[in-house]
Amino acid sequence: MATSPQRRIDVAGLVIAIVLLVLAGVVWWDMSKLQILSPYDLGPKVMPIIVSGGLTLLAIGNGISAFRGDLPVRDSLDWKPIILILGALACLIALIRFGGGFMIGTALLFAATSTAFGRRAFVTDFIIGAVIALIVYVLFAKLLTLSLPAGPLERLF
Amino acid sequence: MEAFTSLAGGLAVAIQPANLLFALIGVLLGTAVGVLPGIGPALTVALLLPITFKLDPAGSIIMFAGIYYGGMYGGSTTAILINTPGESASMATALEGNLMAKAGRGGPALATAAIGSFVAGTIATLGLTLLAPYLVDIAVSFGPEDYFALMVVAFVTVSATFGDSPVRGLTSLFIGLMLGLVGIDLLSGQSRLSFGVPELYDNIEVTTLAVGLFAVGEALYVASRRHVHEEKLEAVRGSLWMTKEDWKRSWKPWLRGTAFGFPIGALPAGGAEIPTFLSYATERRLTKYPEDFGKGAIEGVAGPEAANNASAAGTLVPLLTLGLPTSATAAMMLAGFQQYNINPGPLLFAQNPDLVWGLIASLFIANVMLLVLNLPLVGLWVRLLTIPQPWLYAGILVFATMGTIAANPSPVELMMLTVFGVLGFLMRRFDFPIAPVIVGMILGPLAESQLRRALSISLGDPMTLLQSPISATLLTIALIALVLPFFLKGLGRFKAVED
Repeated sequence: MATSPQRRIDVAGLVIAIVLLVLAGVVWWDMSKLQILSPYDLGPKVMPIIVSGGLTLLAIGNGISAFRGDLPVRDSLDWKPIILILGALACLIALIRFGGGFMIGTALLFAATSTAFGRRAFVTDFIIGAVIALIVYVLFAKLLTLSLPAGPLERLF
Repeated sequence: MEAFTSLAGGLAVAIQPANLLFALIGVLLGTAVGVLPGIGPALTVALLLPITFKLDPAGSIIMFAGIYYGGMYGGSTTAILINTPGESASMATALEGNLMAKAGRGGPALATAAIGSFVAGTIATLGLTLLAPYLVDIAVSFGPEDYFALMVVAFVTVSATFGDSPVRGLTSLFIGLMLGLVGIDLLSGQSRLSFGVPELYDNIEVTTLAVGLFAVGEALYVASRRHVHEEKLEAVRGSLWMTKEDWKRSWKPWLRGTAFGFPIGALPAGGAEIPTFLSYATERRLTKYPEDFGKGAIEGVAGPEAANNASAAGTLVPLLTLGLPTSATAAMMLAGFQQYNINPGPLLFAQNPDLVWGLIASLFIANVMLLVLNLPLVGLWVRLLTIPQPWLYAGILVFATMGTIAANPSPVELMMLTVFGVLGFLMRRFDFPIAPVIVGMILGPLAESQLRRALSISLGDPMTLLQSPISATLLTIALIALVLPFFLKGLGRFKAVED
């Protein structure tokens, strides 16, 4: 019986509280390196001090909720679609970073997201994504003269 | 009346063909995204910011306002036909509206929502016209410490007072304030929280933050719980038009809803949720047909929808006269002003009256456009709801990433988008509100500059905040608004009762 209240501690809530405490520490550490220009007031340090203090208090508040088990009820979680979408975003970032252009990455993102939402037509969706990417590229680059990262495919246009 | 002379001047700006076109594009886009589940007006404005920064300021701001109003209209369609309101402001509408749609009275439900929104939007915009000059007169006398105190009030009410949990709301706010610190401090030239990353030196792009939190976060969240939650679209059956009886039962709720929505929206408290539920509760109490509530009562749609729109217009009062955004969409509109180096506030009315009054006049026009477009085109909007969900979210993510790299073509920007997306997902999962993050990040730096100005005038004495009577009063209000929800948990609870 003695263990039952302990079981209701929300681990995820505790992690949130610890993360907030770490953030408060980072803000404080960053603030301590700032120079004060005027002898009268704290200048650029004022706001970081307020933010760091606030985050510390909120870490305590969130910690208390976690111990009480006050957090809202959560549904079960399906990790596969999340990994699929984040993976596609990572591919897009890598493609742009290494000069692959954004079109292939965008088509991949479209197809992966659509798969994450339960469609089973990866090739069709990849082509749809590519067409959307092409239209947007022409619209952005030619009509609005905005620059999008170009790769070998984009240079064809 | 000085206000009406200014409004007439604004009308001359608003009816220029180019501006009419911008208003039309705005209301069409706004309605479309309002209808689509998963995208709200704040996200739309965020996605359009990078695309519009080369356009004419007046035109794009008129367009943003059109999106805001249109989004409010469109949201009601989704709430009535699918019963998954995209935003909390449409939650009350969904209660009776979806029941009406199930009973084959979807047409009149949509009609009373549209006409009610028009009535409320027009009255509330009139309220904005009349109230703005007075507020501007008052705001001119505000010192920096008073502005700071006013922003503190907005911070507290947006995050703590009206949410489910003050602790979680304030946590969101402080995350936003922390993100607002990132970058080079303009007054001292020193970088804060940048860790030597060049992309972080000139602040976090608000577009990246908003798109990450709203688009990527929402997509991840919906994808992760697709297996528990499925949406069902009600077809619109029967006549679209309201009967004489429907009119008779609707007009009073429209006016009462407006009376709730506008003042609550205009206070620096923001939030369309409270007035919609107040209106719902009131209509339920006053109705002559109590037996209809729970089966689809038209009053339960007419009142909350009017309240929703009136409060949207009310939110523009603090935004335009004080530069104070009190909702995520208002914060994005402030970012829209900022990208043209225009700062909303009392000075804007003196320096750029054409822009402000042109915007206000175009709100009247946007309202008429929405009424004219929405009733006949409702079939078209409903068809938007039949876009398969996989394609819808895939499209949202594609536009989200493109909007981000168009604003700032760098892989680091996309990494930030992804990180904010994960943050948005976690916040939804653990029920932290999103709007305070956006408001905190945009309003935080403004509050900081007012605070530092006040402190440098007082030679660093923080007591200056309490010596000005205006600022002392406002800080007291903020303190009450902060402490109150801990004692009275009722504010959040009455929603649960009405469910």
